[in-house]
Amino acid sequence: MFFENLWKRFARAFIEQNRWQMYLEGLGNTLLIALIATVIGTTIGVIFAMTKYINRKTGKLKILSKIADVYITIIRGTPVVLQLMILYFIVFSGWDNGIMIGAITFGINSGAYVAEIARAGFESVDDGQMEAGRSLGMSTAQTMWHIIIPQAVRNCLPPLFNEFITLVKETAIVGYVGIMDLGKIPGLIQSRTFDYLFPLLIAAILYLAVVMVLTKILHILEKRFSKTDRDRGGVKNGKHK
Amino acid sequence: MENTNNGAPLIQVRNLKKAFGELNVLDGVSIDIKKGERVVVIGPSGSGKSTFLRCLNCLESATGGEIIFQGTNLLDPKVNINLHRQHMGMVFQQFNLFNNKSVIENIMLAPMTIYGKKAKQEGKSKKEFEAECRENAISLLRRIGLEDKADVYPSTLSGGQKQRVAIARALAMNPEVMLFDEPTSALDPEMVGEVLELMKELAQEGMTMVVVTHEMGFAREVADRVLFMCDGVIAEEAEPEKFFTSPENPRLRQFLQSIL
Ligand SMILES: Nc1ncnc2c1ncn2[C@@H]1O[C@H](COP(=O)(O)OP(=O)(O)O)[C@@H](O)[C@H]1O
Ligand SMILES: [Mg+2]
Repeated sequence: MFFENLWKRFARAFIEQNRWQMYLEGLGNTLLIALIATVIGTTIGVIFAMTKYINRKTGKLKILSKIADVYITIIRGTPVVLQLMILYFIVFSGWDNGIMIGAITFGINSGAYVAEIARAGFESVDDGQMEAGRSLGMSTAQTMWHIIIPQAVRNCLPPLFNEFITLVKETAIVGYVGIMDLGKIPGLIQSRTFDYLFPLLIAAILYLAVVMVLTKILHILEKRFSKTDRDRGGVKNGKHK
Repeated sequence: MENTNNGAPLIQVRNLKKAFGELNVLDGVSIDIKKGERVVVIGPSGSGKSTFLRCLNCLESATGGEIIFQGTNLLDPKVNINLHRQHMGMVFQQFNLFNNKSVIENIMLAPMTIYGKKAKQEGKSKKEFEAECRENAISLLRRIGLEDKADVYPSTLSGGQKQRVAIARALAMNPEVMLFDEPTSALDPEMVGEVLELMKELAQEGMTMVVVTHEMGFAREVADRVLFMCDGVIAEEAEPEKFFTSPENPRLRQFLQSIL
């Protein structure tokens, strides 16, 4: 009797009227928002980190580097839910693409944190690398492109992927302004079935499953990138000439 | 002492000054370096030897004086320093090989990047030009005896091998002068010889060299002139025989005693 009842509640939450599709759609939107946000965040973060790196190395780009500082301070010093509301209700008030607005909000927000990740990536490149490049007569830009950025990116990839995983979970607040991500679905279904138990449970399990899979991938990435060239036989592309 | 007329100076340093904040590291250094000349710089740690070399190719921006290289004052802010660095090789104590590049890529990168555009204008395809750079790099590797290491990464090399590759990398730009900043100080003793040997070969071929080192044997054997740097000035300057056997400056005498 008790289990029969439970089964009915589950069926109402997941099977009837093809409600499972809503979870999948929500999950799709969640991943899309997190992905776009990561791309935007990485772009902003890397540009600002590079600006600050070049500023420290050469004294150039002073104003841009100050702007980066102000941006980071403001973004980190205010709640992301307020940033979301400002973009959704004020900046983009005439735009009905909630998913993009959510993605942009989290992109801008994430940029401030990625800047820190990327800064650490750049700082971890030995100063002698830039000096060697410059001493050969290459410009700062050429040395950045061929030497510094590849090494910094390599150092950054695992933490950047981790930022993506964090975004998958954190973006759940976009439901706050009515965007249909996975976090919004339980409330939606509850408003029709008047039962929160399974919708919340199912959404939580889906989040957990995705995060666990992504975390597994992260561990593989970390392993790959912590390997030194010596472990790869010290030979480029594994080929001997 | 005036220069005799066997060649105009390649580098003229005039009253060079460098301060880090309050600290006057170079306090008026003046010297002429002629083409083909081998100058060895010695002096106590912290006396400004590295700073002097780094000022020569503008890795540090000097706070005063002049560095005239091939007729151009490098301290003139309008000068494109990249152009001049292309003719000045620098070898670092810590090698500074590019970690993300294989040995041969380390050697090819600067010529490819810097002369790629010019080669294109001359009607060479990218492939042709790369093949040319590769060939040049291979002959440099053959010369330093590391041809078989072309495709490995620097992290797999010994210190001595790294430094030889670093020298080859600098030579790939066909520099007019090579600056060495304690090139053997970070090496295990058994590897010092192979690097000094390569440097001696360069000297024999007539390369202009400025070498900061603690290897007195090398200084005696190779140098045309030895400088003693102390408190940010050149405190003594002489050909090696005189420099080591009858030093005048008391600080130099003390220094020579301390290292023997
Ligand atoms: N970037 C820097 N900032 C501040 N002080 C420096 C810097 N580089 C060198 N110095 C100082 O300048 C002095 C000379 O250094 P250096 O030229 O490296 O000496 P040497 O190579 O003869 O040992 C030292 O006292 C050192 O601490
Ligand atoms: Mg030094």
